[in-house]
Amino acid sequence: MSSGLTIADVERVAALAHLDLTADEKTLFARQLDGILDYARQLQAIDTTGVPATAHVHAHQESEREDERRASLSLADAIENAPDANPEAGLFRVPRVIGG
Amino acid sequence: MVHDSARTIRDGIAAGRFSAVDVCQAFLDRIEATNPSLNAFTHVAADRALGRAAEIDRRRAAGETLGRLAGVPVAIKDNLCVRGMRTTASSRILDRFVPPYDATVVERLEAAGAVIIGKTNCDEFAMGSSNENSAYGPVHNPWAAGRTPGGSSGGSAAAVAARCVPLALGSDTGGSIRQPAAFCGVLGLKPTYGRVSRYGLLAFASSLDQVGPMARSAADAALTLNVLAGPDRADATSSRQPVPDFTASLTGSIAGLRVGVPRTFVSEGVDDGVRRVWDQALETVRGAGATLVDVELPHAKYATPVYYLVASAEASSNLARYDGVRYGYRAADANSGLKEMYSRTRNEGFGAEVKRRIMLGTYVLSAGYYDAFYLKAQQVRTLLRRDYDAAFEKVDVVAMPTSPIPAFRLGEKTADPLQMYLADVFTVSANLAGLPAISIPCGFIEGSERLPVGLQVTGKMFDESTLLRVADAYERITDWHTQAP
Repeated sequence: MSSGLTIADVERVAALAHLDLTADEKTLFARQLDGILDYARQLQAIDTTGVPATAHVHAHQESEREDERRASLSLADAIENAPDANPEAGLFRVPRVIGG
Repeated sequence: MVHDSARTIRDGIAAGRFSAVDVCQAFLDRIEATNPSLNAFTHVAADRALGRAAEIDRRRAAGETLGRLAGVPVAIKDNLCVRGMRTTASSRILDRFVPPYDATVVERLEAAGAVIIGKTNCDEFAMGSSNENSAYGPVHNPWAAGRTPGGSSGGSAAAVAARCVPLALGSDTGGSIRQPAAFCGVLGLKPTYGRVSRYGLLAFASSLDQVGPMARSAADAALTLNVLAGPDRADATSSRQPVPDFTASLTGSIAGLRVGVPRTFVSEGVDDGVRRVWDQALETVRGAGATLVDVELPHAKYATPVYYLVASAEASSNLARYDGVRYGYRAADANSGLKEMYSRTRNEGFGAEVKRRIMLGTYVLSAGYYDAFYLKAQQVRTLLRRDYDAAFEKVDVVAMPTSPIPAFRLGEKTADPLQMYLADVFTVSANLAGLPAISIPCGFIEGSERLPVGLQVTGKMFDESTLLRVADAYERITDWHTQAP
């Protein structure tokens, strides 16, 4: 039983995921994701009443450590890989956020 | 020399039988000869490696104590950060990324004297089972050109099989160490979740990812795991469980070991050639004194859909960080606005499979679908873990084929992603349950091409020792692991 994933569904998800899909990709993904979700629907027949979810296999592990000061990346190292940065100011540069 | 084990190389250097520089050069020559046809390496760090090797030789000459992997060339899957060495995860979006820090596993290898010789090709962000989802082209299987080496750690598996290195690191989220190891006829170990630090591993699915060794013998894998394992303050999910001496577990004996065989689960969809080799492997294990016990894993057949929902959901979150701001690719002329820059950068920078999984993961986490898909998958994940808990009441390990099929032809499965996913049926459950699992070379399908087959053995939490003991015992009876393409 297909859910009939529409192009509009794909566009909604692509917007959430920040992907500027092409028209061809939208068509392809609508079909492929529909098939994958259809296949995954077999899980819905399993009775999971009262079964807790596993998000992580060591969810209750002791993970605290001493709160010690340690060196971190230098500012220069941290921005070195940026496609657009102002090294003197130590800033990443991005396109305009607010219209104007 | 290129056929020698890591241990032989390390001991030979320590004893002065050969120099670390000579070892390094021999493997560099081997890479130069084979890589044009294999495409296993995306980056070869020849000068850096020779420099590190010279340093090992200097230390030996000065009478200093040498590390456990002193002078051993190692290849690193390209989703692990090496400071100052381009690290791409085989993605266009990280084409020019040079990490300012080392992954903990890299730091530990180098502290033990290992010489990092280069970075290996993989599926983009480790998403794939054939190495075809790489921005740098597919890797070819050293046993059969034109066939996949498996994935996603295909470059690491091919490099070890082709004697380009005695050791490599892979990462395994749903089988990405074990399946390529099986396809290339080498040993691959996915440790227990938490056994090895994930710090510096470019995250795909954080509750499933684990780094592990790929080698040509259990002894080398044991040695390497002892270097990699143990808690790390930089990874809160790394475990404080004591780390045993894995080499000490290689007794050669599996007499009395109870080996669970989930016959119902493996009854369908297994290639005839794989089944014949696997049946023979079970007979070998029985002949060595182990007891075969039928076990049921009633929810194992659901592991593949559970895996693709959970892993994709986690990936959609983890890969949100690639936005064209702090590192990596940024779309040209994307100055119309910030959101437009994000969306264009990501669509141009990611390949098709990565986009497909981000879309799938975003969908199953979105309002209205979360309970039906993501939450349901997490609940079935619990049922799967309970299946293993029940099985391990009766047996010490569980045996399956690593893959239901041998290495397939490049291009054969790319048109239908679901068909590609279904081939992960035997590997994904170990990740979902957090259990350690190993793929051991156990024979070949003989035809016009010889195609390796892997025996997968899954163990109890933190019981890598038993897995390595089985692999070592198997190596003492058979010679599959010594065969070279």
